[in-house]
Amino acid sequence: MASIPLLTITIFLPLLGVLAIMGNRGNGGLAFASNARWVALWTSLVTLGLALTLWGNFNPETSDFQFQDKLQWMPVLNVSYHVGLDGISLPFVLLSALLIPICILASWTAIQTRVAEFMVTFLVLETLLIGLFSSLDFILFYLFFEGVLIPMFLIIGIWGGPNRIYAAFKFFLYTFLGSVFMLLAILYVYFEVGGSSIPLALTTFFDPQVQTWLWLAFFASFAVKIPMFPFHTWLPDAHVEAPTAGSVILAGILLKMGGYGLIRFSIPMFPEASAYFTPMIFMLSIIAIIYTSLVALVQVDMKKLIAYSSIAHMGFVTLGIFTIDAQGMQGAVTQMVSHGLISSALFLCVGVVYDRIHSRQISDYGGLVHRMPRYAVFFMLFILASLGLPGTSGFVGEFLVLIGTYQVSTWAAALATISMVFGAAYGLWLYRRVVFGIMVHPKLLSIPDLNWREKIVFTPLLAGILILGIYPMPLLNLMGASLSHIIDQYNIAMDPEAEGIIDKKKSLEIALYMPRFSSFGGPAHRGSPSVTYKNMLVDLAAPVPTRILEIRSVNE
Amino acid sequence: MINFYAPDFKLIIPELILVTISLGLLIAGAFREKDSSASFRIYGRIAILSLILALFILVFQGLSGAQWVTFQGQVIQDDAIYFAKILILAGSGAVLAISLPSMVNEHLDSFEYSPLILLATVGMMLMVEANDFMVLFVGMEMQGLCLYILAALNKTEEKSSEAALKYFILGALSTCLYLYGVSLIYGFSGSTNFEILESVVRMESAGGLSMGIFLGLTFIMAALSFKVSAVPFHMWTPDVYQGCPTPITAFIAATPKIAAMVIFLRIMIKPCMLLYGEWQLVIVFISFASMVLGAFAALRQTDIKRLLAYSAIGQMGYVLMGIAAGNDEGIQAVFVYLTLYLVMIIGIFGCLMCLRGKGQMGVQNIEDLSGISKLHPKIALSLAIFMFSLAGVPPLAGFFAKLYVLKAALSAGLFSLAIAGVLTSVVAAYYYLKIVKVMYFDNVPEFPGASYGQTVAISIEMKIVLNLCAIIIFLFFVFPNPVLEMAQRAAFIFLR
Repeated sequence: MASIPLLTITIFLPLLGVLAIMGNRGNGGLAFASNARWVALWTSLVTLGLALTLWGNFNPETSDFQFQDKLQWMPVLNVSYHVGLDGISLPFVLLSALLIPICILASWTAIQTRVAEFMVTFLVLETLLIGLFSSLDFILFYLFFEGVLIPMFLIIGIWGGPNRIYAAFKFFLYTFLGSVFMLLAILYVYFEVGGSSIPLALTTFFDPQVQTWLWLAFFASFAVKIPMFPFHTWLPDAHVEAPTAGSVILAGILLKMGGYGLIRFSIPMFPEASAYFTPMIFMLSIIAIIYTSLVALVQVDMKKLIAYSSIAHMGFVTLGIFTIDAQGMQGAVTQMVSHGLISSALFLCVGVVYDRIHSRQISDYGGLVHRMPRYAVFFMLFILASLGLPGTSGFVGEFLVLIGTYQVSTWAAALATISMVFGAAYGLWLYRRVVFGIMVHPKLLSIPDLNWREKIVFTPLLAGILILGIYPMPLLNLMGASLSHIIDQYNIAMDPEAEGIIDKKKSLEIALYMPRFSSFGGPAHRGSPSVTYKNMLVDLAAPVPTRILEIRSVNE
Repeated sequence: MINFYAPDFKLIIPELILVTISLGLLIAGAFREKDSSASFRIYGRIAILSLILALFILVFQGLSGAQWVTFQGQVIQDDAIYFAKILILAGSGAVLAISLPSMVNEHLDSFEYSPLILLATVGMMLMVEANDFMVLFVGMEMQGLCLYILAALNKTEEKSSEAALKYFILGALSTCLYLYGVSLIYGFSGSTNFEILESVVRMESAGGLSMGIFLGLTFIMAALSFKVSAVPFHMWTPDVYQGCPTPITAFIAATPKIAAMVIFLRIMIKPCMLLYGEWQLVIVFISFASMVLGAFAALRQTDIKRLLAYSAIGQMGYVLMGIAAGNDEGIQAVFVYLTLYLVMIIGIFGCLMCLRGKGQMGVQNIEDLSGISKLHPKIALSLAIFMFSLAGVPPLAGFFAKLYVLKAALSAGLFSLAIAGVLTSVVAAYYYLKIVKVMYFDNVPEFPGASYGQTVAISIEMKIVLNLCAIIIFLFFVFPNPVLEMAQRAAFIFLR
């Protein structure tokens, strides 16, 4: 496998589909549109196949980055094209690869204008998302992270609902504002580390005082993306106005970018700051869970209701991440994956009836079970999964998070548990109002049930939700080693008994410290330190006191 | 390393070619009895070819790290100037290529156009290679006078005359400031030569420099701020951009900014580096003020050229951030930013000149672009790429430009300036996105004018330039190294 750059191929394969669609500039007629759909579908399916191959060849025993590809990109800046996967990023790559074909299938008939452009934006989005989760270079990461904004802006703005322009601008500017702070922090890290390599940065020690600022800068970006409580206002607008597929991507993957960033960067790079800010995160998460659940209860728009429920579910994710405990973090990642499946499915459910009736108001529906029994079954299973019924993936994620939280803070766990009741309330009430009851609206009398395409769309999501709910071990094993590596690193950084290790780390750093800022007139510093400690291996198998910290310095 | 004092015509062959051909074109035009659009096109193409020829000669000459001071120390050639001259030649050629059809369309096809552009180009080249305040003055005036005439080319249009007059009067004012500054520097240092000034500064900086040099430097900085349209000397920019015919605006917006910024950088870094502590705050202020004004004043503009003028003010603020950093990273940032800015601005004006707004004129209002993505998907796509790039959204080229200046600012410890930079870039993103919105989200108006959405007769060279610009901006992230390495070499020579 080493000879084939499998990950790189997976990342850039969708762009081939883009070229195929763009190259096929037909007369713009129906055949052309259908052609674009099929090309996009097949490209994304092949990408999914490649992503599954990655999974098949992935070794979950180690926390190292696998399938690494590294190429010189901008030697002047010491920035390279460097990608690789570990147990944390692989689930998200799989999720992205799964959801894109589903989105394309779901928009098969719903999108009738500018079909080729729509498919192109989704394929570009797929490249950006897979690239984002697998990049091991900060500049590359930022490129993908921000690049996502362009297709998303266009998706909301071109194919969105009546208030789409406001939503698109709000989405773009809000997330852009958050991200620029991260860019500054990335540049600071770049100067500290002497390059933009993420693996190198993950093993670099940052001064606790600086950590606070860097943590906040990264947090500004991730909190908007997740979105956490006071930064969530863009989400309902964007979700409501986006086309169904756009909502699916937003809820399914874009929200996970923030959670992924917190696990990947904030905790390993800034452990002291993470510990310092944990109470704040807990408070914001609890507020998010309770407040947005209550807000969801009073919504009259189905999409808005699901959007608010997303914020509540992501509250569990942040809660779980900052327990910095094996169960809590596993729960957080599981919750993200599960939410990616469940909320996507729920948005698709709304999309199914929206395509038929062209209304998202709950009051326009009722009694759908009489005309759409199969739809009612799917919808029910998804709603139950959303409120965390045992046997579905929603339960696994929330349960693990609550176990982790309980060990850290009983109060937080208690409050979060209570709020699950609200979750059941808005979910079941929504279901009752839409599916049960009497059919009062004459329009609904002739509504057709799910067709073959919609069933195909729902089946993999349902299968994923149930498999993860009944036997989550494949996913938990996948991320186990990587998460425990992060937790161990955190504990080493925070443990007063391990202080000596940190001091050693620090003194070594001072010894190897290269002038980071070039001075005027002096020899120009090219950003690449000639000396660097390349590997810091933590022996994970050994019990804590005997853990050996090896620091090797390598002359480049 | 430095070959002093030998007049060396070999090094100015590109300039000589351009001067000769422009004079030739002037004579030919004056002796032709009737001016026709066909002859206008021929003159234009000859001018483009001469620019390409000059560019080729420049590239083949190559300097590879050497520095040449020639013409009694008046003119200097090194890697940085080489880079700037390539930008100027390529930029002028590209602007000429995209503007010819539009000039014909707006009935501005008088024969003076091409020779004036060539002469202005020579002026700009003289500006960047000047090693003496007087040579710089000659270069600045040479390009300035050509630009004033070009701005007034549309004699019948009231707005155009107003713009030209404003441009001329304010330009003359900046010249006065410049000359006053130079006279002060001459009085206190005894020379107008950069190298002598540098040695004077070095000798005196230990024992406290005389006030006169500071004062002179301040006046010169004010004059150069004028040329790069930095706040608080930006007032002429929106009016001139709006009033001039679009092709002329494109020219004013593109290469003169590059030339002025490069010489600004050189004066600050070369002779006055030891005064860094003194001038840094001034540059930080004008950079900050330009970014803020550029971001906020453009928000409510409806005229697209006025919007681009404020955008240019803001973008120049970012470039100044690189000068404010004053180190290796800063110089690299200035060059990278200017290169990409030039490509973007030529692309944007090219797209605008393809389209016809109301009547014969080019696109004036942002609304004139409503729903253009349905009528002209390619033009709309390129314009969208340029807009996202100006907003600094990765993976487009503008992002790398911003990355470089922010990196420079952080490396010099200018944290608050960097934060101001990113915040204003978010504000500015709004109006760049607004143009994308108009093109992609809005529909074609229900009762469009007769010329709505029509294009001018797009010539081959226009197509080539536009495609090239769009490809460079879109795919810069794939092959960034040529530009980055040239910027690195330029910075290296500056700090040697």
